[in-house]
Amino acid sequence: MNTHDIIFNGIAAFLSISIYTFLYKDNPLYKFAEHLVVGVSAGYFAVILYYNGFIPKLIEPLRQGKFEYIIPAILGIMIWTRFSRKWSWISRYSIAFYIGSGAGIAIPLYLQNYVIRQLHATMIPVGFSTWQLFSNILIVVGVLSALFYFYFSKEHTGAFGGVAKLGIWTLMIGFGAGFGLTVMGRVSLLSERVVFLRDYLAELINYIF
Amino acid sequence: MSPICLFLFLWFDFNRINVLIILVIFFLFVLYFINQAKKGKSLFVRRIAGLDAIEEAVGRATEMGKPILYISGIEDMDNLQTVASMIILGNVAQMTATYDVPLLVPICRPFVVPVAEEAVKQGYSKAGRPDAYDKNNIRYISDEQFAYTAGVNGIMLRDRPAANLMFGSFFAESLIMAETGFSTGAIQVAGTANIHQLPFFVVACDYTVIGEELFATSAYLSKEPKLLGSLKGSDLAKFLIMIILILGALLETFGITKFSSWFFVR
Repeated sequence: MNTHDIIFNGIAAFLSISIYTFLYKDNPLYKFAEHLVVGVSAGYFAVILYYNGFIPKLIEPLRQGKFEYIIPAILGIMIWTRFSRKWSWISRYSIAFYIGSGAGIAIPLYLQNYVIRQLHATMIPVGFSTWQLFSNILIVVGVLSALFYFYFSKEHTGAFGGVAKLGIWTLMIGFGAGFGLTVMGRVSLLSERVVFLRDYLAELINYIF
Repeated sequence: MSPICLFLFLWFDFNRINVLIILVIFFLFVLYFINQAKKGKSLFVRRIAGLDAIEEAVGRATEMGKPILYISGIEDMDNLQTVASMIILGNVAQMTATYDVPLLVPICRPFVVPVAEEAVKQGYSKAGRPDAYDKNNIRYISDEQFAYTAGVNGIMLRDRPAANLMFGSFFAESLIMAETGFSTGAIQVAGTANIHQLPFFVVACDYTVIGEELFATSAYLSKEPKLLGSLKGSDLAKFLIMIILILGALLETFGITKFSSWFFVR
């Protein structure tokens, strides 16, 4: 490791430890790291947006004579009217366009991926003759009972409430499995950071002595 | 090729005609119920436990004289969960304005800031206290996920809000924020439709609004005919899905696959 690596990896190690001090309590080291990461990220994103958004998606097309790009540019400029009390209402048109187009794209995609594909995957043969067929019963009953839970037009009472309760149990079992899986992922992230700190310390000792 | 055929060929993906048909049926249900709601017909929606929790959280903050922290997730305004979150924010703002509790709204995406400002301003106006609206309480933190998380954690630790309300689209930051909020002793109510993050909210928050309940909450609170209509429409769609599911599973069991294969999306 050369001097350059020692300095920059040292900054990374220092900031990692500063963030971890939060586990003890709020302290000046954590505050410093927090303010630094918030400030740097704001500046970083401004530059990223300029080079990855503004230049290739507006300036370059305009240079190539694609003048229809003026429309989103005007919508973007309209957002800036929020700084004026008198003209801030103009920005609502841009917001409405953005939300409307976003919903228009999202709704068919949601329906396709989260409803129709799931529905197709759940239409499976059921029975008691094999373990697979019995598992399929559990899947179909689990999905149906979860759907009962998310039915809002009826109170969860009586037999309906019983099925809805089975639905929430099904969801909780799913959440438990998801929790375990993600926690394992987080532990591996922690291990990676601990290994980085250990290796840096070893390299630093080698460099000094 | 005739112009009409060319138009259809260019504009329609015939492999996904099933998606179009289902979408049209769904929209018809929604439009029917919106129409019913507009005519003034009362549409029953069961109360969601998370709603009582929001009121409880505002009450606790009022008693303690501490602010409420509202986190709207880390996605932009094109995400439906953020839209639902903004509707809930408007209602929370109305409650906090009524009880004179400061409402802090740290935001991750620049585009959400003006919408949140409008929602809070409207909430304060509805409560009859437009003068109490403080624009500085709606703060843009950062676009970067973990910079935003660090900033929100800082607010939780320094301003010590009495309640943390988290509604919207959350990802890996959910557990970090919920855990920090838990350590400060705040009452926490969270809701997201991101299934992979729900377990964390369930373990670290006092109340969790699960999945579609987030959209139902926004409809229930706002009492908007359009939202109530879409909620009732989706309920009817769910009922239809249940029937299709049972029918599909039974037909598959007897070896008839044509019915389920119609729902296959390429």
